[in-house]
Amino acid sequence: MTVNEVPQDKRDIKPGDNLKKVVYAVDKDGNYTGVNSAGWEAENVAIKQAWDEIDENLADTEKQVLAGTLSPLPYFMLKNLMDVALLARYAGKWQWQVKRHFKPDVFNALDTAMLDKYAQIFNITKEELTGYVKDKKST
Amino acid sequence: MSKEYIHHQHAHCESGVTSNLLRHEGINISEPMAFGIGAGLFFGHLPMLKVNGVPGTTYRIWPGAIFKRVAERLNISIKAERFRSPDKAMQALDNVLATGKPVGILGSVFYLPYLPEAFRFHFNAHNLVAYGKQDQDYLISDPIMEDVATIAPADLVKSRFAKGTPEPSGYMYYVTGTSKEMDMAKAIQQGIKQTCFFMLSPPIPWFGNKAIFLLANRISAYPKKLPPRKAALYLGNVVRMQEEIGTGGAGFRYIYAAFLQEAGQLLKRDDLLEYSTELTSIGDDWRNFAYHAARILKARQSDIVSYDELSELLRKCGTREKDLFKKMEKLKW
Repeated sequence: MTVNEVPQDKRDIKPGDNLKKVVYAVDKDGNYTGVNSAGWEAENVAIKQAWDEIDENLADTEKQVLAGTLSPLPYFMLKNLMDVALLARYAGKWQWQVKRHFKPDVFNALDTAMLDKYAQIFNITKEELTGYVKDKKST
Repeated sequence: MSKEYIHHQHAHCESGVTSNLLRHEGINISEPMAFGIGAGLFFGHLPMLKVNGVPGTTYRIWPGAIFKRVAERLNISIKAERFRSPDKAMQALDNVLATGKPVGILGSVFYLPYLPEAFRFHFNAHNLVAYGKQDQDYLISDPIMEDVATIAPADLVKSRFAKGTPEPSGYMYYVTGTSKEMDMAKAIQQGIKQTCFFMLSPPIPWFGNKAIFLLANRISAYPKKLPPRKAALYLGNVVRMQEEIGTGGAGFRYIYAAFLQEAGQLLKRDDLLEYSTELTSIGDDWRNFAYHAARILKARQSDIVSYDELSELLRKCGTREKDLFKKMEKLKW
Protein backbone atom coordinates (compact mmCIF):
# COMPACT_ATOMS: atom_id res chain seq x y z
CA MET A 1 0.00 0.00 0.00
CA THR A 2 1.38 3.39 -0.95
CA VAL A 3 0.74 6.58 0.99
CA ASN A 4 -1.80 7.86 -1.52
CA GLU A 5 -3.65 4.52 -1.44
CA VAL A 6 -4.34 4.86 2.29
CA PRO A 7 -8.14 4.91 2.46
CA GLN A 8 -9.99 7.82 4.08
CA ASP A 9 -13.49 6.31 4.21
CA LYS A 10 -14.91 7.95 7.30
CA ARG A 11 -16.45 5.62 9.84
CA ASP A 12 -19.97 6.63 10.83
CA ILE A 13 -21.34 3.84 12.97
CA LYS A 14 -21.54 5.29 16.47
CA PRO A 15 -21.36 8.84 17.82
CA GLY A 16 -17.84 10.25 18.08
CA ASP A 17 -16.38 8.13 15.29
CA ASN A 18 -13.56 10.49 14.46
CA LEU A 19 -10.46 8.57 15.49
CA LYS A 20 -7.82 8.71 12.79
CA LYS A 21 -5.75 5.63 13.41
CA VAL A 22 -2.25 5.02 12.12
CA VAL A 23 -1.58 2.62 9.26
CA TYR A 24 1.75 1.91 7.62
CA ALA A 25 2.31 2.72 3.95
CA VAL A 26 5.16 3.24 1.49
CA ASP A 27 5.99 6.77 0.30
CA LYS A 28 7.18 7.77 -3.18
CA ASP A 29 10.78 6.91 -2.30
CA GLY A 30 9.78 3.43 -1.14
CA ASN A 31 10.18 4.25 2.56
CA TYR A 32 7.66 3.11 5.15
CA THR A 33 5.87 5.77 7.12
CA GLY A 34 2.87 5.97 9.45
CA VAL A 35 -0.16 7.67 7.90
CA ASN A 36 -3.43 8.64 9.60
CA SER A 37 -6.53 7.01 8.16
CA ALA A 38 -10.15 7.98 8.85
CA GLY A 39 -11.19 4.39 8.07
CA TRP A 40 -11.60 1.88 5.27
CA GLU A 41 -14.84 0.84 3.65
CA ALA A 42 -14.08 -2.91 4.02
CA GLU A 43 -13.34 -2.53 7.70
CA ASN A 44 -16.33 -0.23 8.27
CA VAL A 45 -18.66 -2.82 6.72
CA ALA A 46 -17.34 -5.50 9.09
CA ILE A 47 -17.64 -3.27 12.18
CA LYS A 48 -21.16 -2.21 11.18
CA GLN A 49 -22.12 -5.85 10.71
CA ALA A 50 -21.01 -6.66 14.27
CA TRP A 51 -23.09 -3.79 15.68
CA ASP A 52 -26.13 -4.59 13.54
CA GLU A 53 -26.06 -8.13 14.87
CA ILE A 54 -25.99 -6.82 18.44
CA ASP A 55 -28.81 -4.34 17.77
CA GLU A 56 -31.02 -7.00 16.16
CA ASN A 57 -30.52 -9.44 19.02
CA LEU A 58 -31.21 -6.68 21.49
CA ALA A 59 -34.47 -5.68 19.77
CA ASP A 60 -35.64 -9.33 19.65
CA THR A 61 -34.84 -9.84 23.30
CA GLU A 62 -36.53 -6.60 24.31
CA LYS A 63 -39.75 -7.80 22.68
CA GLN A 64 -39.64 -11.02 24.68
CA VAL A 65 -38.92 -9.12 27.88
CA LEU A 66 -41.89 -6.81 27.31
CA ALA A 67 -44.07 -9.80 26.42
CA GLY A 68 -43.16 -11.35 29.77
CA THR A 69 -41.44 -14.46 28.41
CA LEU A 70 -37.98 -13.33 29.57
CA SER A 71 -36.74 -11.42 32.61
CA PRO A 72 -34.97 -8.07 31.98
CA LEU A 73 -31.62 -9.76 32.66
CA PRO A 74 -30.87 -10.97 29.10
CA TYR A 75 -31.76 -7.52 27.76
CA PHE A 76 -29.15 -5.80 29.94
CA MET A 77 -26.68 -8.59 29.27
CA LEU A 78 -26.87 -7.99 25.53
CA LYS A 79 -26.91 -4.23 25.98
CA ASN A 80 -23.55 -4.62 27.73
CA LEU A 81 -22.29 -6.82 24.85
CA MET A 82 -22.03 -9.84 27.13
CA ASP A 83 -22.93 -13.47 26.59
CA VAL A 84 -24.08 -15.92 29.26
CA ALA A 85 -20.54 -17.16 29.91
CA LEU A 86 -19.20 -13.66 30.53
CA LEU A 87 -22.16 -12.55 32.65
CA ALA A 88 -21.83 -15.71 34.75
CA ARG A 89 -18.13 -14.95 35.27
CA TYR A 90 -18.92 -11.40 36.43
CA ALA A 91 -21.78 -12.58 38.65
CA GLY A 92 -19.74 -15.40 40.15
CA LYS A 93 -22.42 -17.93 39.18
CA TRP A 94 -22.64 -20.99 36.96
CA GLN A 95 -24.03 -20.45 33.46
CA TRP A 96 -27.09 -22.60 34.23
CA GLN A 97 -27.84 -20.40 37.23
CA VAL A 98 -27.71 -17.24 35.12
CA LYS A 99 -29.92 -18.87 32.50
CA ARG A 100 -32.42 -19.73 35.22
CA HIS A 101 -32.50 -16.05 36.16
CA PHE A 102 -33.72 -15.35 32.62
CA LYS A 103 -37.08 -16.84 33.66
CA PRO A 104 -39.33 -14.04 34.91
CA ASP A 105 -40.62 -16.07 37.90
CA VAL A 106 -37.14 -16.98 39.07
CA PHE A 107 -35.89 -13.43 38.50
CA ASN A 108 -38.76 -11.90 40.48
CA ALA A 109 -37.86 -14.10 43.44
CA LEU A 110 -34.15 -13.11 43.47
CA ASP A 111 -32.86 -11.65 46.71
CA THR A 112 -31.64 -8.08 47.00
CA ALA A 113 -27.97 -9.03 47.10
CA MET A 114 -28.16 -10.83 43.77
CA LEU A 115 -30.11 -8.00 42.16
CA ASP A 116 -27.57 -5.48 43.48
CA LYS A 117 -24.80 -7.59 42.02
CA TYR A 118 -26.42 -7.64 38.57
CA ALA A 119 -27.22 -3.92 38.71
CA GLN A 120 -23.62 -3.17 39.61
CA ILE A 121 -22.34 -5.30 36.69
CA PHE A 122 -24.55 -3.32 34.29
CA ASN A 123 -23.71 -0.02 35.95
CA ILE A 124 -27.38 0.77 36.65
CA THR A 125 -29.52 0.93 39.81
CA LYS A 126 -31.44 -2.05 41.11
CA GLU A 127 -34.66 -0.12 40.39
CA GLU A 128 -33.68 0.39 36.74
CA LEU A 129 -33.10 -3.35 36.47
CA THR A 130 -36.25 -4.61 38.17
CA GLY A 131 -38.49 -1.80 36.93
CA TYR A 132 -37.42 -2.08 33.31
CA VAL A 133 -40.70 -3.44 31.95
CA LYS A 134 -42.84 -0.99 33.91
CA ASP A 135 -40.66 2.00 32.90
CA LYS A 136 -40.67 0.93 29.27
CA LYS A 137 -44.45 0.51 29.17
CA SER A 138 -45.14 3.84 30.86
CA THR A 139 -43.11 5.80 28.30
CA MET B 1 12.33 15.49 39.17
CA SER B 2 11.11 13.19 36.46
CA LYS B 3 11.06 14.24 32.87
CA GLU B 4 7.93 14.99 30.95
CA TYR B 5 6.21 12.09 29.23
CA ILE B 6 5.63 12.53 25.49
CA HIS B 7 2.75 10.77 23.74
CA HIS B 8 3.30 9.33 20.26
CA GLN B 9 0.43 7.80 18.30
CA HIS B 10 1.02 4.32 16.92
CA ALA B 11 -0.88 1.66 15.00
CA HIS B 12 -0.79 -1.18 17.51
CA CYS B 13 -1.28 -1.00 21.25
CA GLU B 14 1.46 -3.23 22.69
CA SER B 15 4.27 -2.34 20.30
CA GLY B 16 3.16 1.31 20.63
CA VAL B 17 3.31 1.16 24.43
CA THR B 18 6.71 -0.54 24.22
CA SER B 19 8.03 2.19 21.92
CA ASN B 20 6.60 4.99 24.09
CA LEU B 21 7.90 3.55 27.38
CA LEU B 22 11.39 3.02 25.96
CA ARG B 23 11.51 6.44 24.33
CA HIS B 24 10.77 7.91 27.73
CA GLU B 25 13.96 6.21 28.95
CA GLY B 26 15.90 7.74 26.07
CA ILE B 27 15.96 4.60 23.93
CA ASN B 28 14.81 5.69 20.52
CA ILE B 29 12.97 2.69 19.14
CA SER B 30 10.21 2.90 16.55
CA GLU B 31 6.97 0.95 16.73
CA PRO B 32 7.88 -1.37 13.82
CA MET B 33 11.28 -2.05 15.44
CA ALA B 34 9.60 -2.96 18.75
CA PHE B 35 7.11 -5.16 16.88
CA GLY B 36 9.87 -6.96 14.94
CA ILE B 37 12.31 -7.45 17.83
CA GLY B 38 9.39 -8.58 19.97
CA ALA B 39 8.41 -11.06 17.21
CA GLY B 40 4.82 -9.81 17.19
CA LEU B 41 3.79 -11.24 13.82
CA PHE B 42 1.77 -14.44 13.87
CA PHE B 43 -1.31 -16.17 12.58
CA GLY B 44 -3.78 -18.36 14.38
CA HIS B 45 -7.26 -19.66 13.72
CA LEU B 46 -9.13 -21.53 16.44
CA PRO B 47 -12.48 -22.86 15.23
CA MET B 48 -13.22 -24.38 18.64
CA LEU B 49 -12.47 -21.25 20.66
CA LYS B 50 -15.55 -19.14 20.06
CA VAL B 51 -15.67 -15.52 21.15
CA ASN B 52 -19.27 -14.33 21.22
CA GLY B 53 -20.16 -17.37 19.14
CA VAL B 54 -17.59 -16.65 16.43
CA PRO B 55 -14.35 -18.63 15.88
CA GLY B 56 -11.23 -16.78 16.99
CA THR B 57 -8.68 -15.54 14.48
CA THR B 58 -5.49 -13.69 15.36
CA TYR B 59 -2.77 -12.02 13.32
CA ARG B 60 -0.43 -11.39 16.25
CA ILE B 61 1.34 -13.11 19.10
CA TRP B 62 -0.29 -13.35 22.53
CA PRO B 63 -0.48 -10.20 24.67
CA GLY B 64 2.43 -9.33 26.93
CA ALA B 65 5.01 -11.13 24.79
CA ILE B 66 6.25 -8.16 22.75
CA PHE B 67 7.25 -5.91 25.65
CA LYS B 68 8.96 -8.74 27.54
CA ARG B 69 10.93 -9.94 24.53
CA VAL B 70 12.07 -6.45 23.53
CA ALA B 71 13.26 -5.78 27.08
CA GLU B 72 15.08 -9.10 27.25
CA ARG B 73 16.74 -8.67 23.85
CA LEU B 74 17.88 -5.10 24.54
CA ASN B 75 19.13 -5.71 28.06
CA ILE B 76 16.44 -3.56 29.66
CA SER B 77 15.29 -4.49 33.13
CA ILE B 78 11.57 -4.33 33.70
CA LYS B 79 9.07 -5.16 36.35
CA ALA B 80 5.78 -6.83 35.43
CA GLU B 81 3.14 -7.75 37.99
CA ARG B 82 -0.33 -9.22 38.28
CA PHE B 83 -2.68 -8.73 41.21
CA ARG B 84 -5.52 -10.49 42.98
CA SER B 85 -6.89 -7.41 44.68
CA PRO B 86 -8.00 -4.31 42.77
CA ASP B 87 -7.06 -2.10 45.74
CA LYS B 88 -3.51 -3.42 45.78
CA ALA B 89 -3.27 -3.09 42.00
CA MET B 90 -4.31 0.58 42.09
CA GLN B 91 -2.02 1.27 45.06
CA ALA B 92 0.92 -0.31 43.23
CA LEU B 93 0.14 1.82 40.16
CA ASP B 94 -0.03 4.98 42.28
CA ASN B 95 3.27 4.13 43.93
CA VAL B 96 5.10 3.80 40.62
CA LEU B 97 3.44 6.90 39.15
CA ALA B 98 4.53 8.86 42.24
CA THR B 99 8.15 8.15 41.28
CA GLY B 100 7.48 9.80 37.90
CA LYS B 101 7.62 6.58 35.86
CA PRO B 102 5.06 5.89 33.14
CA VAL B 103 3.43 2.46 33.53
CA GLY B 104 2.13 0.06 30.90
CA ILE B 105 -1.31 -1.35 31.70
CA LEU B 106 -3.33 -4.23 30.30
CA GLY B 107 -7.09 -3.76 30.23
CA SER B 108 -10.43 -4.26 28.52
CA VAL B 109 -11.42 -1.69 25.88
CA PHE B 110 -15.07 -2.00 26.95
CA TYR B 111 -14.37 0.00 30.12
CA LEU B 112 -12.30 2.78 28.51
CA PRO B 113 -14.80 5.61 27.92
CA TYR B 114 -12.27 7.77 26.03
CA LEU B 115 -12.21 5.29 23.13
CA PRO B 116 -14.73 5.66 20.29
CA GLU B 117 -17.85 3.62 21.08
CA ALA B 118 -17.68 1.67 17.82
CA PHE B 119 -14.51 -0.10 19.01
CA ARG B 120 -15.62 -0.84 22.54
CA PHE B 121 -16.18 -4.58 22.70
CA HIS B 122 -15.11 -6.93 25.50
CA PHE B 123 -11.57 -7.13 24.21
CA ASN B 124 -9.40 -7.73 27.27
CA ALA B 125 -5.90 -7.44 25.85
CA HIS B 126 -5.54 -3.74 25.19
CA ASN B 127 -2.36 -1.94 26.27
CA LEU B 128 -2.10 1.68 27.39
CA VAL B 129 0.22 3.89 29.41
CA ALA B 130 -0.68 5.72 32.62
CA TYR B 131 1.79 8.58 33.01
CA GLY B 132 0.46 10.52 35.98
CA LYS B 133 -2.51 11.69 37.99
CA GLN B 134 -4.55 14.85 37.95
CA ASP B 135 -6.55 15.12 41.17
CA GLN B 136 -8.24 11.70 41.28
CA ASP B 137 -8.15 10.95 37.56
CA TYR B 138 -5.40 9.11 35.73
CA LEU B 139 -3.55 10.64 32.79
CA ILE B 140 -3.60 8.14 29.96
CA SER B 141 -1.51 7.84 26.83
CA ASP B 142 -3.27 5.28 24.66
CA PRO B 143 -1.01 4.59 21.67
CA ILE B 144 -3.87 4.15 19.21
CA MET B 145 -5.29 7.60 20.05
CA GLU B 146 -4.11 10.84 18.48
CA ASP B 147 -4.04 12.60 21.85
CA VAL B 148 -3.73 11.82 25.54
CA ALA B 149 -6.85 11.28 27.67
CA THR B 150 -7.95 11.04 31.29
CA ILE B 151 -9.89 8.28 32.99
CA ALA B 152 -11.75 8.05 36.31
CA PRO B 153 -10.30 5.53 38.81
CA ALA B 154 -13.56 3.51 38.83
CA ASP B 155 -13.36 2.95 35.06
CA LEU B 156 -9.68 2.06 35.15
CA VAL B 157 -10.31 -0.54 37.88
CA LYS B 158 -13.08 -2.15 35.81
CA SER B 159 -10.84 -2.25 32.77
CA ARG B 160 -7.87 -3.73 34.67
CA PHE B 161 -10.05 -6.35 36.34
CA ALA B 162 -12.30 -7.25 33.43
CA LYS B 163 -13.50 -10.86 33.31
CA GLY B 164 -13.48 -13.17 30.32
CA THR B 165 -10.64 -14.44 28.12
CA PRO B 166 -7.95 -13.45 28.87
CA GLU B 167 -8.32 -11.82 32.28
CA PRO B 168 -5.85 -8.93 32.70
CA SER B 169 -5.77 -9.35 36.53
CA GLY B 170 -4.42 -5.83 36.94
CA TYR B 171 -1.32 -6.62 34.86
CA MET B 172 1.10 -3.69 34.75
CA TYR B 173 4.69 -3.27 33.61
CA TYR B 174 7.39 -0.64 33.59
CA VAL B 175 11.08 -0.10 32.95
CA THR B 176 13.34 -0.27 35.98
CA GLY B 177 16.71 0.16 34.33
CA THR B 178 18.49 0.39 31.01
CA SER B 179 21.87 -0.81 29.90
CA LYS B 180 24.50 0.87 27.75
CA GLU B 181 25.14 -2.44 26.06
CA MET B 182 22.42 -2.78 23.49
CA ASP B 183 23.14 -5.00 20.56
CA MET B 184 20.50 -4.02 17.99
CA ALA B 185 21.84 -6.42 15.35
CA LYS B 186 21.55 -9.37 17.67
CA ALA B 187 18.11 -8.33 18.89
CA ILE B 188 16.84 -8.02 15.30
CA GLN B 189 18.28 -11.42 14.43
CA GLN B 190 16.64 -13.05 17.46
CA GLY B 191 13.31 -11.43 16.61
CA ILE B 192 13.35 -12.60 13.00
CA LYS B 193 14.42 -16.12 13.94
CA GLN B 194 11.62 -16.40 16.45
CA THR B 195 9.00 -15.17 13.99
CA CYS B 196 10.15 -17.69 11.36
CA PHE B 197 10.00 -20.42 14.00
CA PHE B 198 6.49 -19.51 15.12
CA MET B 199 5.24 -19.24 11.56
CA LEU B 200 6.76 -22.44 10.20
CA SER B 201 7.22 -24.90 13.06
CA PRO B 202 3.97 -25.49 14.93
CA PRO B 203 3.06 -29.11 14.17
CA ILE B 204 -0.63 -28.39 14.82
CA PRO B 205 -3.02 -26.86 12.28
CA TRP B 206 -4.27 -23.95 14.40
CA PHE B 207 -1.09 -21.89 14.65
CA GLY B 208 1.40 -20.34 12.27
CA ASN B 209 1.38 -20.46 8.49
CA LYS B 210 -0.64 -23.71 8.44
CA ALA B 211 -3.55 -21.96 10.10
CA ILE B 212 -3.96 -19.67 7.08
CA PHE B 213 -4.77 -22.75 5.00
CA LEU B 214 -7.04 -24.07 7.75
CA LEU B 215 -9.00 -20.83 7.62
CA ALA B 216 -9.08 -20.97 3.82
CA ASN B 217 -10.59 -24.47 3.95
CA ARG B 218 -13.12 -23.38 6.55
CA ILE B 219 -14.15 -20.35 4.54
CA SER B 220 -14.88 -22.38 1.42
CA ALA B 221 -17.05 -24.65 3.59
CA TYR B 222 -18.99 -21.79 5.25
CA PRO B 223 -21.81 -21.57 2.70
CA LYS B 224 -22.33 -25.33 2.77
CA LYS B 225 -22.20 -25.73 6.53
CA LEU B 226 -23.61 -22.55 7.98
CA PRO B 227 -26.77 -20.50 7.59
CA PRO B 228 -25.99 -17.39 5.48
CA ARG B 229 -26.18 -15.03 8.43
CA LYS B 230 -23.70 -17.05 10.47
CA ALA B 231 -21.33 -17.46 7.54
CA ALA B 232 -21.31 -13.69 7.08
CA LEU B 233 -20.67 -13.12 10.80
CA TYR B 234 -17.73 -15.53 10.81
CA LEU B 235 -16.26 -13.83 7.79
CA GLY B 236 -16.87 -10.35 9.17
CA ASN B 237 -14.91 -11.25 12.29
CA VAL B 238 -11.88 -12.29 10.22
CA VAL B 239 -11.95 -8.90 8.47
CA ARG B 240 -12.27 -7.07 11.78
CA MET B 241 -9.32 -8.89 13.33
CA GLN B 242 -7.26 -8.07 10.25
CA GLU B 243 -8.17 -4.45 9.68
CA GLU B 244 -9.95 -2.98 12.68
CA ILE B 245 -7.97 -0.75 14.93
CA GLY B 246 -4.45 -1.61 15.91
CA THR B 247 -2.96 -3.70 13.11
CA GLY B 248 -1.53 -0.91 10.96
CA GLY B 249 -3.23 -2.50 7.95
CA ALA B 250 -3.22 -6.03 6.47
CA GLY B 251 -3.15 -7.77 9.85
CA PHE B 252 0.25 -6.42 10.99
CA ARG B 253 1.92 -7.40 7.70
CA TYR B 254 2.70 -3.75 6.84
CA ILE B 255 4.18 -3.06 10.30
CA TYR B 256 6.40 -6.09 9.92
CA ALA B 257 7.45 -5.00 6.42
CA ALA B 258 8.32 -1.59 7.91
CA PHE B 259 10.43 -3.40 10.52
CA LEU B 260 12.28 -5.41 7.86
CA GLN B 261 12.99 -2.19 5.98
CA GLU B 262 14.29 -0.36 9.06
CA ALA B 263 16.39 -3.39 10.02
CA GLY B 264 17.76 -3.64 6.46
CA GLN B 265 18.76 0.03 6.47
CA LEU B 266 20.31 -0.17 9.94
CA LEU B 267 22.29 -3.33 9.25
CA LYS B 268 22.93 -2.40 5.58
CA ARG B 269 21.45 -5.62 4.30
CA ASP B 270 19.80 -5.72 0.89
CA ASP B 271 18.18 -9.10 1.55
CA LEU B 272 16.09 -7.66 4.38
CA LEU B 273 15.06 -4.74 2.15
CA GLU B 274 13.96 -7.20 -0.54
CA TYR B 275 11.94 -9.21 1.98
CA SER B 276 10.32 -5.99 3.12
CA THR B 277 9.16 -5.23 -0.43
CA GLU B 278 7.93 -8.79 -0.82
CA LEU B 279 5.93 -8.61 2.42
CA THR B 280 4.42 -5.27 1.38
CA SER B 281 3.11 -6.98 -1.73
CA ILE B 282 1.79 -9.89 0.38
CA GLY B 283 0.11 -7.30 2.62
CA ASP B 284 -1.60 -5.92 -0.47
CA ASP B 285 -2.92 -9.44 -1.12
CA TRP B 286 -4.32 -9.59 2.42
CA ARG B 287 -6.03 -6.23 1.83
CA ASN B 288 -7.44 -7.59 -1.42
CA PHE B 289 -8.85 -10.56 0.51
CA ALA B 290 -10.47 -8.21 3.06
CA TYR B 291 -11.86 -6.03 0.28
CA HIS B 292 -13.58 -8.97 -1.40
CA ALA B 293 -14.74 -10.41 1.92
CA ALA B 294 -16.43 -7.07 2.69
CA ARG B 295 -18.18 -7.19 -0.67
CA ILE B 296 -19.74 -10.52 0.28
CA LEU B 297 -20.80 -9.08 3.65
CA LYS B 298 -22.40 -6.13 1.94
CA ALA B 299 -24.26 -8.29 -0.54
CA ARG B 300 -25.77 -10.08 2.50
CA GLN B 301 -26.10 -13.35 0.69
CA SER B 302 -23.91 -16.38 0.67
CA ASP B 303 -22.84 -17.14 -2.81
CA ILE B 304 -20.81 -20.33 -2.93
CA VAL B 305 -18.66 -19.12 -5.80
CA SER B 306 -17.50 -16.03 -3.98
CA TYR B 307 -16.61 -17.91 -0.78
CA ASP B 308 -14.52 -20.26 -2.90
CA GLU B 309 -12.81 -17.38 -4.62
CA LEU B 310 -12.16 -15.80 -1.25
CA SER B 311 -10.61 -18.99 0.00
CA GLU B 312 -8.29 -18.95 -3.02
CA LEU B 313 -7.21 -15.37 -2.26
CA LEU B 314 -6.34 -16.47 1.26
CA ARG B 315 -4.38 -19.49 0.04
CA LYS B 316 -2.35 -17.15 -2.12
CA CYS B 317 -1.40 -15.13 1.00
CA GLY B 318 -0.50 -18.33 2.82
CA THR B 319 1.64 -19.71 0.00
CA ARG B 320 3.52 -16.46 -0.50
CA GLU B 321 4.15 -16.05 3.24
CA LYS B 322 5.38 -19.62 3.56
CA ASP B 323 7.81 -18.90 0.76
CA LEU B 324 9.03 -15.70 2.40
CA PHE B 325 9.53 -17.18 5.87
CA LYS B 326 11.35 -20.22 4.41
CA LYS B 327 13.80 -17.79 2.80
CA MET B 328 14.12 -15.70 5.96
CA GLU B 329 14.70 -18.81 8.05
CA LYS B 330 17.85 -19.48 6.02
CA LEU B 331 19.28 -15.96 6.44
CA LYS B 332 22.99 -15.94 7.26
CA TRP B 333 23.92 -13.58 10.08
